[in-house]
Amino acid sequence: MTTATALRSRHLLGIEDLDAAEIDLILETALAMKEVGARPIKKVPTLRGRTVVNLFFEPSTRTRMSFELAEKRLSADTLGMTTVGSSVVKGETLSDTARTIEAMAPDIIVMRHGSSGAPHQLARVCKASIINAGDGTHEHPTQALLDAFTIRERKGRLQGLRVAIVGDLVHSRVLRSNLWLLTKVGASVVVCGPATLVPPGLERMGVEVTNDLDRALDGADVVMMLRVQHERMHGLFLPSVREYFTLFGLTPARMKRAAPEAIVMHPGPMNRGVEIDSDVADGPWSVILDQVANGVAVRMAVLYLLAGGEDS
Amino acid sequence: MAIVMDADRVSRSLARIAHEILERNRGVENLALVGIRARGVPLAERLAAMLRDLTGAEVQTGSLDITLYRDDLMRHAVGPQPVIRRTEIPFSIDDKLILLVDDVLYTGRTIRAALDALIDFGRPRAIQLVVLVDRGHRELPIRADYVGRNIPTSHQQSVQVRLAELDGRDEVEVEG
Repeated sequence: MTTATALRSRHLLGIEDLDAAEIDLILETALAMKEVGARPIKKVPTLRGRTVVNLFFEPSTRTRMSFELAEKRLSADTLGMTTVGSSVVKGETLSDTARTIEAMAPDIIVMRHGSSGAPHQLARVCKASIINAGDGTHEHPTQALLDAFTIRERKGRLQGLRVAIVGDLVHSRVLRSNLWLLTKVGASVVVCGPATLVPPGLERMGVEVTNDLDRALDGADVVMMLRVQHERMHGLFLPSVREYFTLFGLTPARMKRAAPEAIVMHPGPMNRGVEIDSDVADGPWSVILDQVANGVAVRMAVLYLLAGGEDS
Repeated sequence: MAIVMDADRVSRSLARIAHEILERNRGVENLALVGIRARGVPLAERLAAMLRDLTGAEVQTGSLDITLYRDDLMRHAVGPQPVIRRTEIPFSIDDKLILLVDDVLYTGRTIRAALDALIDFGRPRAIQLVVLVDRGHRELPIRADYVGRNIPTSHQQSVQVRLAELDGRDEVEVEG
């Protein structure tokens, strides 16, 4: 793998657009950023005078707080906009919002939106660099990067690892970003979920698909659990919480099938007793709180690397 | 094109600096070395080894990446961001005498950034500056306390310091 010294794009819209060398650059930069968080004064002057707008059209606590902390640690000026109420803001409204924000001349816009592709639309009309903080069911690139950072921290590498991803596969942007990332860096991926929650075409991305949790866990070095949304429980997708937990819930007994020293991850927020047993979530396998801590370092790295891009 | 310091000269200069450090500070008590990445780090480690040989005492050594404190990052359209390496200062710098080590002293802007970075780690009793080469052309009121060699240069020239740890051999070359 060649080493990259810069990102090719001035936006981070998805992992799909990155190559393995760029992913490596972000993770290496994040390692330096993590050290900043361990200092007595957890702040560096790097983005002084830069303005970052956090545009969250969907409710988010941890991602928004993580970005805010990353921005503050780099000394950027930040302002936030959270739209409460109407969950779908589309078409003209988004363009109008974009124009308003653009008039304030921000350098970077961090955007979460319920519609897939909304950040791409913003990137076409704004001079600022756009960071996708989750768009619909499409991508959540910084989540996949912090997952990769956490795996590398624990396992020393990504290449050649066996990664099982379990849960609601069809609605998950975290899954999509992780699939792009893990296949680009040469990990072997198996995904597992109930048949009603498996989107077609996953095999084409070079991953194994199964409905059998025990098979997915067999020899896994990393187990990533995806959140199952309660609101989907009563619909067509799932019969009941109890049945879901019986078939797909991660318990200590089932973890015995995984590789020794296997780690368990969850992007949060967790549903204890639905997709994951408390004894696993709080057990020796869990790196769930490491993920949260590493999220700040990874987002600092992305902000830093995008802030340097030339105007095009 | 000229090699202005060879391996012998580099090691004699460092040995002299080690003696000067001891003379000026009357020993190595409460003293620590911090090398500026990249080439200040091996220089700091060599000085620590020399000071240990001279006094029998271990001198703590850290490394500092100043990228996040550079004064040219915020200029728009300057191209890609410099790659950041890790800063590792595994000890408290409070009330210590810190010897900041770099290979070349030029405009003084790197040292300005390093001072800002260091002060974020604590409040040292004092900071002294060690450089292998002082090539002149300061743009800030900064000077070195220990200098391996003063080398007059023009702005058009560049000074390349090569160290065995990173480049396979020790030498200083003035190019252009």
